[in-house]
This record gives sequence, structure tokens and C-alpha cells, in this order.
Amino acid sequence: MPVQDFEQLFQDKIDNEIKIEPKDWMPEAYRKTNIRQISQHAHSEIVGMLPEGNWISRAPSLKRKAILLAKVQDEAGHGLYLYSAAETLGMPREEMINDLHSGKAKYSSIFNYPTLTWADIGAIGWLVDGAAIMNQVMLTRTSYGPYARAMVRICKEESFHQRQGFEILLVLSRGTTAQKAMCQDAINRWWWPALMMFGPKDSESTNSDQSMKWKIKRKTNDELRQNFVDMIAEQIKTLGMKLPDDQLKWNTERKHYDFGEIDWDEFWQVVKGNGPCNKQRLEARRKAWENGEWVREAAAAYARKRADRQKDKAA
Amino acid sequence: MTDQELIKRKLDYSLHLADTTLILSQRNAEWCGHGPVLEQDIAITNISLDLVGQARNFYQYAAELINQSNDKPIHPATEDSLAYLRTEREFKNCLLVEQPNEDWAQTILRQFFFSNYQFLLYQELQKSNDRQLAAIAEKSLKEVTYHLRWSSEWVIRLGDGTAESHQRMLQAIDELWRYTGELLNAAEYEKEAGTDPSLFQPQWLSKVKEVFDEATLPVPEKTFMQSGGKTGTHTEHLGFILTELQYIQRAYPDSQW
Ligand SMILES: [Fe+2]
Ligand SMILES: [Fe+2]
Ligand SMILES: [Fe+2]
Repeated sequence: MPVQDFEQLFQDKIDNEIKIEPKDWMPEAYRKTNIRQISQHAHSEIVGMLPEGNWISRAPSLKRKAILLAKVQDEAGHGLYLYSAAETLGMPREEMINDLHSGKAKYSSIFNYPTLTWADIGAIGWLVDGAAIMNQVMLTRTSYGPYARAMVRICKEESFHQRQGFEILLVLSRGTTAQKAMCQDAINRWWWPALMMFGPKDSESTNSDQSMKWKIKRKTNDELRQNFVDMIAEQIKTLGMKLPDDQLKWNTERKHYDFGEIDWDEFWQVVKGNGPCNKQRLEARRKAWENGEWVREAAAAYARKRADRQKDKAA
Repeated sequence: MTDQELIKRKLDYSLHLADTTLILSQRNAEWCGHGPVLEQDIAITNISLDLVGQARNFYQYAAELINQSNDKPIHPATEDSLAYLRTEREFKNCLLVEQPNEDWAQTILRQFFFSNYQFLLYQELQKSNDRQLAAIAEKSLKEVTYHLRWSSEWVIRLGDGTAESHQRMLQAIDELWRYTGELLNAAEYEKEAGTDPSLFQPQWLSKVKEVFDEATLPVPEKTFMQSGGKTGTHTEHLGFILTELQYIQRAYPDSQW
């Protein structure tokens, strides 16, 4: 069959909502886009462990400590499923990790912001996991089968995280003056970076069209961002806090909230590596990997010895 | 012993069990996000999570004992007041668990020595006539069985892995062996309100021998053993651990979280 026919068959499957599976023929660009996106997603889960992991030792109660430990552990699990999904496209995990460490692969910029107070743990759960869910719910229907299935598992846990984050803030919002101030301050700092998580505006986004045609993405950045604003603008009423945007207002005609302009300079600076914590995050990941090298080598050496011994026994 | 004295012993014993599991949980959690490979990052975090769960059970029981006693405080004790508002000299954890993580070898060996002890302890404790302690021990035994298996396997893997990993295990033994004596030497309150761990010292040692043997590691000769943690005389590390652990509760007193 000529390549054209393969491509037609491939697109027909997508149009008919049939999932693409690892052994199916797929255009090279489809494979590459998926590897890039899934590995980037995996890296985000792993780097995302750092800002929250910061607060495990300082969590203000044993219950909160246990919940936070479980949450960060969930994120590690998400990283694991996603690396496995990317591996089905022929990319070994170690290579993906090397790309992260060399700066070739990206991860979500949101994790380049610092967690300064306990309220940040609440704000991350509510806003960051909340924004992630918008994206991930859409991805449960993405066209690549292993990615879509990983997302179904992940989404359940993410909505848990969002509720737990909200609950942290709810307690603070009903607490002492200092706790209320801490709560508002965290919302102020995380709101705009959370909106940036949806990426550039549709008019500026380079690989959106093809991704929509291949149903890797099923909603545009701006649509997802709007859904998120609509959800949070309602939820914040329960907290009795304010979003740091004077232009936030319900638009009766559009039946959506209008909101102010994102600082796109800041967005691009953080993407380029100039966020407040880009350097520390990558260094922490590299250091963990380098310090772990002798451990991985020892495990591999021991596994080889064992296999040899078993072979000897069998012979 | 009067009833009040017995309750005091029981309280000390529960706090000792709670502090020990909490401090080891705190140490293991330092690995979260920094493990040598993702699967093991998850495993060590999971152990930390199990241990903080056990700590909460023991603290809750200790709080109950306090709140039911004759000289109960104006503000009832809670798991958090006990974990967050007691001082260095009041903590009763074993010295072993407050020792720094250093590298994966030392973390693994600390876990192995501890889980080996905790496995034997909980087996005894689940037969205790103190129903609550028995129930906690019984409930936790499954987790501890896994911790012991996991850490034994890693001791073997590192001992019999590469020259470097073997060397690092020798170094870890050199650092930690001196803190193992305390695990198996009863404090007053253990004899009177709990289980005397010296009774299972031989089983503890034979497990060490079995695992070290397979790991091609030497079991140290009898050496001087450090102790004091169980009665509140700690190494310098504990103060720093508590500073971090207790920071928010100290900085924002009388708040709900
Ligand atoms: Fe996440
Ligand atoms: Fe996640
Ligand atoms: Fe999450």
C-alpha cells in the first residue's frame, strides 16, 4: 500500500474515534508529537513533586502530612504511567530523562514558581491540579490509546487532589487573621501562573491545528482556559477570597467570565528558563539522578549475578 | 505499682512507639522527589506514609490516656499537640531513627535494622492485654512485613552488587551498628507496660546474620552501643528534625489546620 493510503486509513480511524495503538501504522509526526507531549507531561509530574515535597517535613498536622505524602506519591505514580505510555512509542525512559536534564525536553512552567507558605500547598492543589484536570479530562479522549487510558487513571486522583487543596484553603479562610492573609496571598501568587498553564493564545499557538486534526488535543488552549476561569470564579465565592484580577466579570451575553490579560512577557521568560526556580528544579532532578547512579548500577549488577547463578543451576 | 503509675508507664510507652515511627517517617520522607529511581522513590515514600499512619494511631491512644487521667490538661491532648508541642528532651524515639539519611545505603540499612526489630516487636505486641496497642500492632504487621522484605532485598542487592555499593554498605554498618543495641534494650516503661525487646534479641540477630550472609557483608563484633533516646537523651540531630517538623504549630499557636 502506498503511504498515502496508510495515511488515509489512519485519519479514517481518528475520524471514527478508533484509538491508535502502539503497533498501528502512524505518521512519524504523530509519533513525535505524542512522544513530546507525553514525556513532557511525565516530566511535569516528576518536577511537580519538588515544590510540594518541600512542605512534607513542615506540614502543620499529622493528617495534612499524610495527605501530602500520599499526594506527592500519586504524582510519582502518574509520572510512571506516563513514561510507560511514551515508551510504547519507542522512546526509552532513560533517554526521556536525559532530555529533561539537558534542557531539551520541557516540563510545565508552573513548577518553576516557589512554594513560600503552607497556603501554597492548598493553592497548588486547587488551582494547579485544577487546571491540570481541565486538560487531562480532555486527554482521556485523546486519539493515542495508551495515553488516553493512562489519563483515565490519573484523572480520578487529580480530582481528589483538587478537593484536598481546596479544603486546605477553606480551613485557612475560616481561620485566624494571619491564616486568612496567608490564603489570599497564595491565591494572588498562583492565579496568573495557573492561567498560563493552558499555553499561548490560540492565535499564537504553533502546533494546535494539526493536533486538533489528529485529535491529540480536542479543545483549544483558550477554550480550556475559559472553562477553568468559569469554574474557579464560582468556587472562590465559598472561600470568601478574591482573584487578583479587576477585570474579572460575568458576561451575560457570552455566558462566561471575562478576565484580564496574562503577562505574556513573564510567560515566555519562564518558558525560556528565567522563572524564579527553573535552575533549582532542574538541579534537584539532576542531582537525584546522579546520586542514584551507583544504586541503579548496583541493582543491575546484582540482577545479572542472580541470572547467571540461575543459569548455572539450570545447566 | 498504683493504677496511676501504670497509666504513666503506658503513656510513656505509647509515646515512645509514636515518636519512633514519626521520626523515621520524617527521615524517609526527605527522599520524596529525590530517590535514585522513580519506583524506589515511590517505595520509600510509601514506607514513610505507613509509618506516619502508625504514629498517628499511637499518638491518638496516648492522647486518650492523658485525657482520661486524673491530672488531665485544660486543653485536651491530641495527636498533634503530642507530636508538635513536645520538646527534644520529651521525645522518646530510639537514636537509630533520627540518624541522617546520608546515602541510599545508610537509609536502607537503617530501615532494615528497624523493620527487623519492629516486625518482632509487633508480633509480640499483638498478643498484649492492652487491647488498643494489640490492635495497632496487628493492623500494622502487614505493612511492616513488607518493609522488612523490601529492605532485606535492598541490603542484599547493595551488599552483593558492585564494589562501590558493597563499600557503601560497610560504611553504613560502621555508622549505624552502634545504634542497634538500644532497640533491643528495654527502658523501664517497656518492661512494665509493653514488651521487653531483649527477649527477641536472638531472633533479631539471626535475621541480620541471614541477610548479611546473603549480602556478603560481615556482622560486626560486639562493640560499644549508644543509647539514651528512649529516655529523652538524643543525638544532636533530633533538635533540627523537630525544628522543621514543629515550625508551623510553633509560629502560629492555637490555629486549626
Ligand atoms: Fe499533577
Ligand atoms: Fe498528577
Ligand atoms: Fe495531582
